[in-house]
Amino acid sequence: MSKHLIDLQNISKSFGSNLVLDEMNLYIRENEFLTLLGPSGCGKTTTLRIIGGFETPDIGKVIFDGEDITKLAPNKRQLNTVFQQYALFTHMTIAENIAFGLKIKKKSKSYIDDKIKYALKLVNLEDYGSRYPDSLSGGQKQRIAIARAIVNEPKVLLLDEPLGALDLKLRQDMQYELIRLKKELGITFVYVTHDQEEALTMSDTIVVMNQGYIQQIGTPEMIYNEPENAFVADFIGDSNIISSTMIRDELVEILGVKFPCVDKDFGENKPVDAVIRPEDVELITLPDDFDVTSSGTSLDSDSWKETGRIQGVVTHLIFKGVHYEMEVMANGYEWLVHSTSLFPVGQKVGINIDPFNIQIMNKPESEDEEAAPIEE
Amino acid sequence: MKNNKFVKFLSVPYVLWAIAFIIIPLLMVFYYGLTDINGKFTFSNVMAITDPVHLKSLYIALILALISTVICILLAYPLALILASIKNKNEHLIVFIFILPMWMNFLLRTLAWQTLLENDGIINNVLSFFHLPTLHIINTPAAIVFGMIYNFLPFMILPLYNVISKIDQNVLNAARDLGANYFQALLKITLPLSVPGIISGITMVFVPSLTTFVVSEMLGGSKILLIGNVIEQEFTQNSNWNLGSGLSIVLMVFIVISMVITSIFDKEGEGNAI
Amino acid sequence: MKKALKILYSALIFVFLYAPMVVLIVLSFNKSKSRAKWGGFTFDWYVKLFGDHIIMQALINTLLIAFISALVACIIGTIAALAMNKMGTLAKSTMLGVTNIPMLNADIVTGISLMLLFIFFRFKFGFVSILLAHITFNISYVILSVMPRIKNMNPSNYEAALDLGATPVYAFFKVILPDIWPGVLSGFLMAFTMSLDDFIITHFTKGAGVDTISTKVYAQLKKGIDPKMYALSTLIFISVLVLLILINTLPAAGKKKKAK
Repeated sequence: MSKHLIDLQNISKSFGSNLVLDEMNLYIRENEFLTLLGPSGCGKTTTLRIIGGFETPDIGKVIFDGEDITKLAPNKRQLNTVFQQYALFTHMTIAENIAFGLKIKKKSKSYIDDKIKYALKLVNLEDYGSRYPDSLSGGQKQRIAIARAIVNEPKVLLLDEPLGALDLKLRQDMQYELIRLKKELGITFVYVTHDQEEALTMSDTIVVMNQGYIQQIGTPEMIYNEPENAFVADFIGDSNIISSTMIRDELVEILGVKFPCVDKDFGENKPVDAVIRPEDVELITLPDDFDVTSSGTSLDSDSWKETGRIQGVVTHLIFKGVHYEMEVMANGYEWLVHSTSLFPVGQKVGINIDPFNIQIMNKPESEDEEAAPIEE
Repeated sequence: MKNNKFVKFLSVPYVLWAIAFIIIPLLMVFYYGLTDINGKFTFSNVMAITDPVHLKSLYIALILALISTVICILLAYPLALILASIKNKNEHLIVFIFILPMWMNFLLRTLAWQTLLENDGIINNVLSFFHLPTLHIINTPAAIVFGMIYNFLPFMILPLYNVISKIDQNVLNAARDLGANYFQALLKITLPLSVPGIISGITMVFVPSLTTFVVSEMLGGSKILLIGNVIEQEFTQNSNWNLGSGLSIVLMVFIVISMVITSIFDKEGEGNAI
Repeated sequence: MKKALKILYSALIFVFLYAPMVVLIVLSFNKSKSRAKWGGFTFDWYVKLFGDHIIMQALINTLLIAFISALVACIIGTIAALAMNKMGTLAKSTMLGVTNIPMLNADIVTGISLMLLFIFFRFKFGFVSILLAHITFNISYVILSVMPRIKNMNPSNYEAALDLGATPVYAFFKVILPDIWPGVLSGFLMAFTMSLDDFIITHFTKGAGVDTISTKVYAQLKKGIDPKMYALSTLIFISVLVLLILINTLPAAGKKKKAK
């Protein structure tokens, strides 16, 4: 892929006694749509503000296009920001808002007028130039904030939870809009959000952060399908995260029952976490007189095809539209299951999992280890 | 809501109070100002402003009030910027710092300036100790301006601080992000957005400065008469309420002008001092 | 460098605002009656202050007027602000306009207008006339301080209380009042301060024989200020300062706990 445009090297930042970023390393490629994803307080916004120049890291460097810009003032950086609450200038018209950066750079009037027209067209608000920001809806304000940033032809556009204040439907529309803009402009987007769905929809690369550390960097598919630790697995969608033992390569013992899997190189009899997505849990109806108290099917026996590897009872059922969400109590664990078929509460069921759908993760050795920085 | 009528009924005490103690007294001023001693209608009390002595007192008051207001803006604006930029601030404390002097009597505070500014006062003693040229401003218009600034500066600082501290930090960040340096952001963003505070501060400094009689009496000696002094003397010494009221009507014209300007710029009431 | 400049500038303004306080405090310990020369250190003025019935009466008048006028203004003003909030735009803006008059109008005009009112209706000048005048301008400060609180109040809270079986009066005291209490309190403090510091309006509405500290000082201007006045204002200033420091340090600790 293309070259590194931004390099964050060893960035640490604290506010008072609160360490927000701890020795963070991250690079951003040219033309990449990179999303910083994590819960509030994870350091994602601080990272963005450091790139934008609104915060200076305590230690570490910000390299932009080969140049050290760590101490450079925000007005001298070749990147622009779209702020969380739009931050439009309420005392100026839309056109004046968009022209702001260009006027500072002393561009000619005809150039500015052309740019305003172009930017308004790009965000589908052609006739709004003479209006004031207060007369616009949230979605429109967001578009203007984007237009105001991109007329300056930045190499990178930083977006700080730009859709956070919009309602669900509008948010989804704006997601497509942003993807379209990104394609048309051909520039790098660095996007901050706590919404995993938003991140999965739009990004080329997702950086999952928690408590000042990067948890995992990867494509949306990688992040979703192969979470590297329990935090990522838990944060990205619902998961069954079960404390298990890796017996040997390709065999894991979950809740006292041996399951074949595809993971290797964890060693023998090693405690691990097994992550299983709820849609990957297959249920089989069992007869009412089936004894589920001492559940488990021998690995050698072929009967798992009829009775499942673990047996349990459906305890909850909710209709979710595209699927049913069920909870199944089996071997003392409440399994979360998504299925298009209905299994009523009280139904005895067997559980099977395709070996490919069992994701094995090293157990964090301590609380701190869980948040260990992981390099891409 | 069903009990809307009842709730509106609650405003009755205040409405009556406002009529009795705000509206009617103002009408009284007009009544006395537009009649003579015998109760006959006349414009002569209002036209008395054209008397050279009165005209001069109004003129001086306007000039001094204008100067004080401008200096107050120039002094208060940087301070408001500084106060607004303090992180982890205790807002109440900041406001209290400027209200606290009010608990020491207004007349005594002004008197203290007399002690400080006098020809052989404290400031001049300090200056001559360092062999610096001394000030001779007591009993001059400059001393009056000084007293006005001292007494009314908090009324400029508070509304400015209120407005500036409410400006979204990200709006300023956005300006910086778009290439503006600190002074460009100040000029193009902070200044226009703080106009309501400036306007509110102007009225809160200009009106009391224009109409004061205490500051001029204490710091200006008895030589310099402001329109406030003239009106006060008509009421308390000459007992010519009609003339005093007539001149007050003229004064109110200027106050109304400044109120109108305020309401045009400050529709939202953002710039209130409290 | 920039920070040092900021601190220096703030300090200069601070000195400007507080220099007179220092002068008055120093004068309160000055043996000499003259403001111009230092006659040695003394506590005499403080001792004599409490024996001076005239000054003590003026102090009592000042505090009583400030307290009663602020209290009455809070009651009338808060109730009026609640009612105004439910009014139509026109009625509301008219009321607010009238409310602004005592604040925006010159004190001298407010003072003489009330003086003329009392003259016209042959109302006796004295304690009550001062009190009425102070209540009038204090209501404005209270309404202005309470109004934003009421605007930000969630109207559903009151309705929810009624829905849960509260009477309107009970709901007012248990739901509305706690919600707008900070506004009422700061309105009270503002009103109390304004009343305490007022001279001009008192000057025009007081009768012979009734004095507040302000009018007492004014009367002494020509013949020279009684140094006991310096002692008195120093005491007031110090006690308010101590009170403010207490208020600002005690709840600050409490607030932090709440935030976490």
